[in-house]
Amino acid sequence: MRVALFITCVNDGLFPNTPQAVVEVLERLGHQVVFPTQQTCCGQMHLNAGYRQEGLHLAQRFRDVFNDYDVIVSPSASCVGTVRDLYATSARSLGDEVLADDLEEVGRRTYEFSEFLTDVLHVTDVGASFHHTVAYHPTCHSLRVLGLDEAPKELLRHVEGLTLVEIAHEDECCGFGGMFSIKNSDTSVAMGQDKLAHVRATGADVLCALDNSCLTHIGGLASRARSGLAMMHVAEILASREGASHV
Amino acid sequence: MSKVFDTELPFPTLAKTALADAQLRANLAHATTTIRDKRLKVVGELDDWEQLRSAGAAIKDYSLDHLDELCVELERNVIAHGGIVHWARDAKEANEIVVSLVQATGVDSVVKVKSMATAEIELNVALEQHGITAYETDLAELIVQLGDDLPSHILVPAIHKNRSQIRQIFIDEMGKSGLAAPEGLTNDPAALAAAARAHLRQRFLSAKVAISGANFVIADTGSLVVVESEGNGRMCLTLPETLISVVGIEKILPNWQSLEVFMQLLPRSSTGERMNPYTSIFTGATTGNGPSNFHLVLIDNGRSSALAEDTGRDVLRCIRCSACLNVCPVYERTGGHTYGNPYPGPIGAVLVPQLRRGERTPLENSLPYASSLCGACYVACPVKIDIPKILVRLRSEVVDATRASARPRTPRDESRREGLFVSSALPTRHCHGWAGRAPAAAEPAFLTAAAQQVERGSRCATSAGDVISHVVRSDTPRRCRPGTRAGHSTCTADPPP
Repeated sequence: MRVALFITCVNDGLFPNTPQAVVEVLERLGHQVVFPTQQTCCGQMHLNAGYRQEGLHLAQRFRDVFNDYDVIVSPSASCVGTVRDLYATSARSLGDEVLADDLEEVGRRTYEFSEFLTDVLHVTDVGASFHHTVAYHPTCHSLRVLGLDEAPKELLRHVEGLTLVEIAHEDECCGFGGMFSIKNSDTSVAMGQDKLAHVRATGADVLCALDNSCLTHIGGLASRARSGLAMMHVAEILASREGASHV
Repeated sequence: MSKVFDTELPFPTLAKTALADAQLRANLAHATTTIRDKRLKVVGELDDWEQLRSAGAAIKDYSLDHLDELCVELERNVIAHGGIVHWARDAKEANEIVVSLVQATGVDSVVKVKSMATAEIELNVALEQHGITAYETDLAELIVQLGDDLPSHILVPAIHKNRSQIRQIFIDEMGKSGLAAPEGLTNDPAALAAAARAHLRQRFLSAKVAISGANFVIADTGSLVVVESEGNGRMCLTLPETLISVVGIEKILPNWQSLEVFMQLLPRSSTGERMNPYTSIFTGATTGNGPSNFHLVLIDNGRSSALAEDTGRDVLRCIRCSACLNVCPVYERTGGHTYGNPYPGPIGAVLVPQLRRGERTPLENSLPYASSLCGACYVACPVKIDIPKILVRLRSEVVDATRASARPRTPRDESRREGLFVSSALPTRHCHGWAGRAPAAAEPAFLTAAAQQVERGSRCATSAGDVISHVVRSDTPRRCRPGTRAGHSTCTADPPP
């Protein structure tokens, strides 16, 4: 299959290992990955902050850049949620039905990485090896917008040597929330501290998730606490092989 | 003197203080975790919970789509059963009506059943200003009133107090307005409840006038439904000679049959019980059986404005269960006072700005941002209000309003204010956006629409006409599109003075 990679601005700027891991896994599974170089931020932040015009400019761009691809895959549940849901809602709120339909159409071709593996490729074992105790944080977008619950955990359970531990109250928001961490940073940190405490209580070495955005928040608190807890995107764990896992 | 919410500070500022309150944090964490677990357990017992939610949403949407007809039908049936119906466009009118009704009875005190609508309109203060004391009889409202405090939760307004704090309030305050707390009162919940029971019993037996709200009003029978846990509602609704019920127009349900759905949704979502202890359903007034005088005061107070919104109108489905508060990680840590009004939490953040006619306050503009958009509220809501979606929509209204007020006024701006919609793009700098690219040669539809919406965005006043006819004008087709809001063709463009 020819897969277009949508890497997202956060990954492009801060976590290039994550999209590289996506490429590694998909190529290992025999697929061709292409990277449309004209892609930009999807506009999630703009749309969530109430800047509909700016956000929809970026939505139009996304539609145009990814026009020629049947399959678009991204290692960000929140960005995929934006493309699949927020795009059309925002266009409709301004009465632009034509754009809304266009955006819904590209949304149908866009997949979050782990759901692409389980729901499209029907794969749960990607041949990964990662000998660590790992806790999985279900991010709000992956859980409630995309409906991903068991599938990502199944992928992790099939990683050789990985011990998956459950976080108490795992479905509680970590407090990042994008704009929320800036406009309401005190409450954001209070929520993050509670999330971190639950994660540390599992005894895991590594915390993983489908969104690096949440991991920057929990990871920031973890590093200030000198906790020794590592943050990794699920894709990076799935790309890990014997002797080549980098925590 | 009854306290009211009067802070002008925005949410983040208030949150900073609340987050540092260790007692508050502990009380909230304990209380919300307990209620959350109870709700999950009883909801999990029903295989058809999701269908019930859909049914609840559908019944509410039907009611809202036919609100004008249902208002008329309700009034007819209440009157037919001996009740009197009053209509109030806003809080001021509602308070004037209630005050005059109470004054007509000659009493200087009334008993109250817990009512969010009366908290919203600040009725207790209005009564006090006319020398009438309103005694709250719901246990948590009693605690708040005795403690000269403000409610912090829709269902359990004293959630920010623990039993030791409550014990102290009873000891210090009960004797000043009635039966004092017994000697040696402990902080055992049963003992505290017994003290409140004794204190309130005197009130119930001597009250001549009661004021309540209602959880639902049934149009086809003219009945009111009060769903409660403690029995104070039953006392207030049956013992006094005069009963005045203040109810928002969005509480109207079409028929008795609807209760089958809502009496499954409400107790499980609110207190986490299969059924609440006392449900009172009454119709009109019957001499020799309950109050001989019954007055129903129906209030608009911004509801018909909210009804005109295509996305935001869903807030009117709310049955005030408070499930959203109990699952909200923001509410759990900041508590209700941080929201600065009687409706806190997720529902408060979307309801309060929409009930405002005229310019929103800085606090109201900060409420849509007081959320990480985690969606837990939407999952819990028994009538499927998509709160995150409405929050994002309200954020765009804040941004649009800020942009509109920041732009320098030009003659074209002035003609827009008069209501002549001159189609034009926003200033070019807004069009460049992050990409730094100039917009396409033909202006996209959403830009024009956005500019037009900025102008139409100011709340429309219900300064003329009665409530029913305004509801008729707001009665847009379901899923209305911007630009087809029939309601605004006859309203003035200026906010109320």
